[in-house]
Amino acid sequence: MRTAGQSRLSLASVALGVVLLVAGSYWGLARAPPEIFMGDVQRIMYVHVPTAWNAMLALVFAFVCALMFLFTNDWKWDNRLEAAIEMGVVLSILLCTQGAIWAKPTWGVWWDWDPRLTTTAVQVFAFGGILALRAFAADPMKRAVWSAVACIVAFADVPIVYFSVKWWNSLHQAQSTPDTVSSAFHWPLRINAIGILFLWTGLVALRARLGALRLRGELAPPDGGPPLVTR
Amino acid sequence: MNALVAALRKDLLLQWRGRAQAVAIFAFGAATLLLFSFAVGPDSRALRQHAAGFLWLGLLLASTLSLAESFDLEVEEQALEGLLLLPASPRALYYGKALANWALLALLGVALFPVMVVLYDASTPQLAGLLGIVLLGTAGLSAPGTLYAAMTAQTRSRQTLLPLLLFPLVVPVLLASVQATSLLILGDPMGQARSWATLLFLFDVIHWSLGGLLFGQVVED
Repeated sequence: MRTAGQSRLSLASVALGVVLLVAGSYWGLARAPPEIFMGDVQRIMYVHVPTAWNAMLALVFAFVCALMFLFTNDWKWDNRLEAAIEMGVVLSILLCTQGAIWAKPTWGVWWDWDPRLTTTAVQVFAFGGILALRAFAADPMKRAVWSAVACIVAFADVPIVYFSVKWWNSLHQAQSTPDTVSSAFHWPLRINAIGILFLWTGLVALRARLGALRLRGELAPPDGGPPLVTR
Repeated sequence: MNALVAALRKDLLLQWRGRAQAVAIFAFGAATLLLFSFAVGPDSRALRQHAAGFLWLGLLLASTLSLAESFDLEVEEQALEGLLLLPASPRALYYGKALANWALLALLGVALFPVMVVLYDASTPQLAGLLGIVLLGTAGLSAPGTLYAAMTAQTRSRQTLLPLLLFPLVVPVLLASVQATSLLILGDPMGQARSWATLLFLFDVIHWSLGGLLFGQVVED
């Protein structure tokens, strides 16, 4: 069980993330120059692109947690897995929403069947389905193993979805990396990316702690004796 | 290997004894094909255009029924626990079940094809190619479907969970099978059907391996 000190560290990480996000967004909205073709609309890039990076990172972390749980059977990886999948799904939903808001004024439509947009939507359902599976599995051990297995399968599937949709249809602008973006836009992008990273790692750590406490409650014998699982 | 053959025999025998179920699932698939045409309207050109999509959606919807059914039998009366006590690896049980499910789904695809031809006037001279796509596509439904059915059969609300987990996963199967079937029906001047078949094959290889690797974790305590 983690200590209160670690909990404070997570809270500090969340706070730092919020501060960075506010600073980066201020820079992006007020200080950075408007983009030459899209004008002010393009400023959504300062949250959209960092969200995309972090959504991917959260799901990669979920995949690592799934592997670690299957190899070690340590409950802490199950708690982290649950938290990371939730975060990955939330960030992917945010990503789709921001994408739609950006697409309407620039492409003229809310939605387009472009590979990245479609893959993100599929990701939401694939990993959201795992959360549903967790909700309906009563036995904690089975729930943990199943969600780790489902997470590995879903993660392996994401690239195949991406390539199949890419063959099927394409329109999205080239991926934004520091190389494709003018240097005037770099700093707000980087600050926001790091801000979101701190925010989600802090939240995932807190959520994992909550998961651990819930699990302890679930595994505790009804007479209030010591928990059956100590780790 | 012997264990795999025994498991496959057991599952094929189960499906043969429960063939009324297979007929009911075929009727369900045929009914969905009929219903799709109501959604589009009696426009024979549009129907022919989308025939491949309807065929694969019908097959996908019907597959959730047959996949779920294949594990419901094992969960009843704790049959699965009995199977795991046998000196056979869970991998053999998985591949036996997945192969039997594949056979049933491929048969379903072959049986739904004439229904599609009659309803949508969407025939193709390349029957061998079509059979290949049906085999590759249903293999892609069966491998992850069998793995997930093993989990969802043991939960409450299994009817909802299996499609919820399976549908996003098999998006590439649906896309590739529909594209390839469509090309076979409507003409394939650029020879693209082959690359879609390759994608299906790749998906099958990945998911048949993953399923075998992970199934043991899913069923063992």
